[in-house]
Amino acid sequence: MLLEPMRSQLGVWRIERRPAATAWMRWASPLLALLLTAVIAAMLFAMLGKNPWQGLAVFFVEPLRNAYALSELALKATPLMLCALGLAIGFRANVWNIGAEGQFLLGAICAGWVALLDLASLGSVGLISLLLLAGMLGGMAWAGIVAWLRDRCNANEILVSLMLVYVAQLLLAWLVYGPMKDPAGFNFPQTPRFSAASVLPKLIEGTRLHIGFVVALLAALAAWLFMFRARAGHALQVAGLAPQAARYAGYSARRALWTSLLISGAAAGLAGAFEAAGPLRQLTPYVSAGYGFAAIIVAFVGRLHPLGIVLASLLLSMFFIGGELAQSRLGLPNALSGVFQGVLLFSLLACDALILYRLRRVV
Amino acid sequence: MNEINNLALLSTLIAATLSAGTPLLLAGLGLLVNERAGVVNLGAEGMMLLAAVAGFALALATGSDVLALAGGALAGALAALLFGVFAIYLNTNQYATGLALSLLGGGLSAFVGIDYVSRNLPRLPLTGIPWLSDLPWFGPALFRQHWAVYLALLLALLIGVFLQRSRAGLALRAVGESPESAHALGLPVRRVRLAAVCFGGACCGLAGAYLSVIYTPMWVEGMVAGRGWIALALTPFATWRASRVVIGAYLFGGVTLLQFHLQSIGVEISSALLSMLPYLATILVLALISRNPVWIQRNMPASLGRPFTPGQ
Repeated sequence: MLLEPMRSQLGVWRIERRPAATAWMRWASPLLALLLTAVIAAMLFAMLGKNPWQGLAVFFVEPLRNAYALSELALKATPLMLCALGLAIGFRANVWNIGAEGQFLLGAICAGWVALLDLASLGSVGLISLLLLAGMLGGMAWAGIVAWLRDRCNANEILVSLMLVYVAQLLLAWLVYGPMKDPAGFNFPQTPRFSAASVLPKLIEGTRLHIGFVVALLAALAAWLFMFRARAGHALQVAGLAPQAARYAGYSARRALWTSLLISGAAAGLAGAFEAAGPLRQLTPYVSAGYGFAAIIVAFVGRLHPLGIVLASLLLSMFFIGGELAQSRLGLPNALSGVFQGVLLFSLLACDALILYRLRRVV
Repeated sequence: MNEINNLALLSTLIAATLSAGTPLLLAGLGLLVNERAGVVNLGAEGMMLLAAVAGFALALATGSDVLALAGGALAGALAALLFGVFAIYLNTNQYATGLALSLLGGGLSAFVGIDYVSRNLPRLPLTGIPWLSDLPWFGPALFRQHWAVYLALLLALLIGVFLQRSRAGLALRAVGESPESAHALGLPVRRVRLAAVCFGGACCGLAGAYLSVIYTPMWVEGMVAGRGWIALALTPFATWRASRVVIGAYLFGGVTLLQFHLQSIGVEISSALLSMLPYLATILVLALISRNPVWIQRNMPASLGRPFTPGQ
């Protein structure tokens, strides 16, 4: 670290650590991190022999080029937003649930199961409500296992929630290769297509954007009310920041654990249900494009704040779309999106740390 | 006749368990050392993936398994260096930084490895240890393995002795127990931690390269399949003791094989369900082991996961 004082005609200056980050820095840091990611991305494009401007345009301009592109951006932001809102509530309570991917898959499985039942008598509204509810319950059950093992056995929630992602992936694979496989599907690992009654209402005709996006925005509002206006939300955050103060105030750590995990599970499960019933319309082994993991980045980049998460989910959605476009336009692998996601999170951590240093005149 | 068959089956089982347990053992030992220095690196899975693709590329280019494993170890150590600079010098949250490394490693390995998918490496003939591998009964199973299998066991022995019996090991444990006291004694806390983290990365790298070059041998996106996370669960399972990491690694290695053996003896369960076993076993073991706080905390480094800045 550069901690030696620098002498010049302007006096003696040194770089020192600030005691605490100020409010504007908390929000400047993600922007700086995005800039840093773009610089690294441009260098990577140049190394790969592509025009850096063209490469950056694919990620940051093309996804915004017209109304249809924007509808796709919102479509992919929906699962990211829902998962990240749940995760943020957990992270604020110092509950490290990193298995949103598994909870998402369970939501998709449960919603798919309801969608394939013969429930035409319920009508469209009834069926859709039921399958969304089933998705939420599925996600909650999966996260509930994590909470139960942490509560009863003190088992580390990071490892348990992650192990359950693998179990959920294998459960989905078993279902679509076995009991739920479409008998008329030429032996492809997929379920039959969901019935017409379960088609989600579209927000804009001619696009794939469905009501899930509005629900996700409402969920962001609800999360904001819960975090900053509800006693339960406050108790949960105190439990995360200062467990002893929470105990003194009579806030239960167990309740914080259960509440945050069940909320995360419900949000991720709902996201999975929307994804299955919305753009996919059937279950395959590839229900998730990795939204549950990317949501961790969304939560951090969005500063664990609902408004930040709304913006960050749109940003990460750009990364997903950019990866697909990089494949079709530039002939680069789709996996590039994952690289940039990782770089973004590292950049954010670096900016958060470095922004804590300041230049101060000593003499 | 039946006895010979049973013997042959048991032999195969032992040989396969040793091979399947080796990546877990290598990674678990590395993570043990860096956790003993007080640092949790959740990036194990990412480091293993990066090393797997690096090792595979080297093996394809040079045909040498020595170079491939060494390259994998180097890749793992470099990835760990990135984590270490962030978590130890910039004081970023260890969990978040480790997760970032896992996500970056997953993405980067998939990106770099796209050209290596469905390329085949020739399976190396195993020469084994002369004389010992000709022993009757379990001679071939125990002694005709890739050298990395024995390297892992040797490493377990060396790390056990290092941590419990050497002065340097004591210093490393002091850094993990109480960095403040270690600092007051004049130990370079952050450098010790960085070295331990890089060693952990190198071991995870060896494990990753072993998977792609020796065990499978091929490269597929995400092929580490959670072994990095299972290795992270091995350290509490072993209550931070090297000898128990050995037991845990072979135990979990055996569980990963169970699916093949259950299928071979005609158990009618889908392979997807049987593949859940290692993950379910990890959850079960974590739950059982964590139930007893006295047991788990006896050897747990007291400052595990806590950052340290000298002079604060």
